[in-house]
Amino acid sequence: MSTANRNQQQSGSVIDIRHLHTRYGKAVVHEDASLSVRPGEIFSLVGASGCGKSTLLRAVIMLLQPVSGSIKVFGQEVVGLSDEEALPLRRRYGVMFERGALFSSLTVAENVSMVLREHTQLSQALIDEVVALKIALTGLPADAGAKYPNELSGGMRKRASLARAIALDPELLFLDEPTAGLDPLSASGIDELVKSLRDVLGLTIMMVTHDLDLLWRTADRVAVLDKGQILGTGSMTELSKMDHPLVREYFYGPRGRAAREQAWKRK
Amino acid sequence: MTARQVARFEIETGTAAVPASVNIRCTGAWTVQGIAPVEQPLTAVAQTDAVDCVIDASAISALDTAGAWLLHRTVRTLEQRGARTVRIIGLRPEFNTLLQLITAHAATAEPAVLPKVSLLAGIGAQTWYSLIHLTGMLAFIGESAIVFLRSLLHPRRIRWLPILHNLQTAGFEALPITGLLSFLMGVVIAYQGADQLQQFGANIFVVDLVGLAMLRELSPLLTAIIVAGRSGSAWAAQIGTMKIGEEIDALRTIGVGPQELLVQPKILALIIALPLLTVFADITGVIGGMVMASNMLDISFQLFIDRLEVAVSLSSFLTGVSKAPVFAVIIALVGCFQGFQASGSADSVGRQTTVSVVHSIFLVIVADALFSIVFNWLEL
Repeated sequence: MSTANRNQQQSGSVIDIRHLHTRYGKAVVHEDASLSVRPGEIFSLVGASGCGKSTLLRAVIMLLQPVSGSIKVFGQEVVGLSDEEALPLRRRYGVMFERGALFSSLTVAENVSMVLREHTQLSQALIDEVVALKIALTGLPADAGAKYPNELSGGMRKRASLARAIALDPELLFLDEPTAGLDPLSASGIDELVKSLRDVLGLTIMMVTHDLDLLWRTADRVAVLDKGQILGTGSMTELSKMDHPLVREYFYGPRGRAAREQAWKRK
Repeated sequence: MTARQVARFEIETGTAAVPASVNIRCTGAWTVQGIAPVEQPLTAVAQTDAVDCVIDASAISALDTAGAWLLHRTVRTLEQRGARTVRIIGLRPEFNTLLQLITAHAATAEPAVLPKVSLLAGIGAQTWYSLIHLTGMLAFIGESAIVFLRSLLHPRRIRWLPILHNLQTAGFEALPITGLLSFLMGVVIAYQGADQLQQFGANIFVVDLVGLAMLRELSPLLTAIIVAGRSGSAWAAQIGTMKIGEEIDALRTIGVGPQELLVQPKILALIIALPLLTVFADITGVIGGMVMASNMLDISFQLFIDRLEVAVSLSSFLTGVSKAPVFAVIIALVGCFQGFQASGSADSVGRQTTVSVVHSIFLVIVADALFSIVFNWLEL
């Protein structure tokens, strides 16, 4: 939507990962992983637990240094970037962590307003209003702003975390398991939210999820990870036709089938 | 920030004294980073009493939720001021969707207000909290006593491994710091005393001074304070973090009492470790005094030890060491109790840890004073 974003659309991809190798101690997590995320799409990483989805996400958001390979975000190489150089980039993306990662000593409103106070010159009154708007946008009731994270339910905490992630109107949003641990109703609320964020704000979204319903409903393209390698990338429909046994198991296991049938019914 | 990324607007007003119409022409990037310069002026413009208002948004190059909110707020304020018509024209279709989304959510977007607490209510709440805290502490002591008695009846239920582990961390690993500080304390006392005693030619009494002060009073107190700071706080933080992570609840569901697993081994281990540490502190403290006496007052080590046998009776040593188990119970109980009081946030773990150290040192000193009185009665 912004000028920078439109420039990006001309050059091709928002995130470009090439030949990525990462390691946790001695355990190899990724071997020669490559993928790219296009502007304005909802891109999802899937795979069994422990296959390195979250690690890949952490490498892209500069919380983990890969051993080798290149990661370009908005066309800029992020591997080996110093904190100072990374700051302008960090302002352009928001992250929603798996367990919320809300600051427990601050209220929800303070959690969101902290980001705005750090990075903008807006007046406190306007910040308070924008914060209330973000809280409303994520579907939280207005009185949730004055509450502390430990007073919220799991679903509300996720929404609050999302409100903080979109505080600065980022061009790129990372979601780590946005629906994990939520009841189906809250989860489908998140589905809608993710979709409308992309449609209205023009965000590019990269998420990690196990939620097949969420994938069928929102994801434009999906990459399947296994043992640190990317088995395939494509839309859900394309992937469901792939021949790889693991991919087939993923999509045609009992849960996969149910979610796919649901998706068909909706169409 | 380049000029391109900043929001701007121009105003054209009607010619009459009270302008009948206002045109606001917005340009540039109305984004969270760009709207800061226009925020104040736009608030001022929104206070005009114009009847018709047109906001020309055709030249807005970028719009995000913050920018859209500012537009929405301006429109709302103008309408509230009594403007007859307020229109936004020329907004790009995708920006218009955004503005509609913002307008739709604006009704529910009320800035959160933290409830204010009056002074009197604050005092009341604090008093109430203190009372709850006190009964909680009593209940905790009672529970610990019951667990202790139960394990006396069934000695096989005592968990030896955690006891040994706590002996290692709270006892053995505290040896260097306790020894060093006690040694320095002995040095200081001898040094302070030497000057006074020399004036009377009573050099040899430095042995009485160091021996009695260290054994009766200082090393039990010093050791207890070090252990409260080292281990009491660590236990409060450990149990507090476990409480927040629902680990305590998990223990209960598995059928393992948290008291049995977490509290009792700590109390028992400290009851063993603290007297031993106190003895160690006695020794290093006296050595400190000895070193200083030989340097400043020419009292040889041999002479010092000979005099020590006369100056310090066995009962002096025992009064000092006998306080240690009581201090141990205080430190372990307070540390664990404060850990269990943590709730909710990382903040609360930090608070309870601080409270545990302050309370246990306070109670140790109070207990020490009570001991002095009791020993005085008993003429020990």
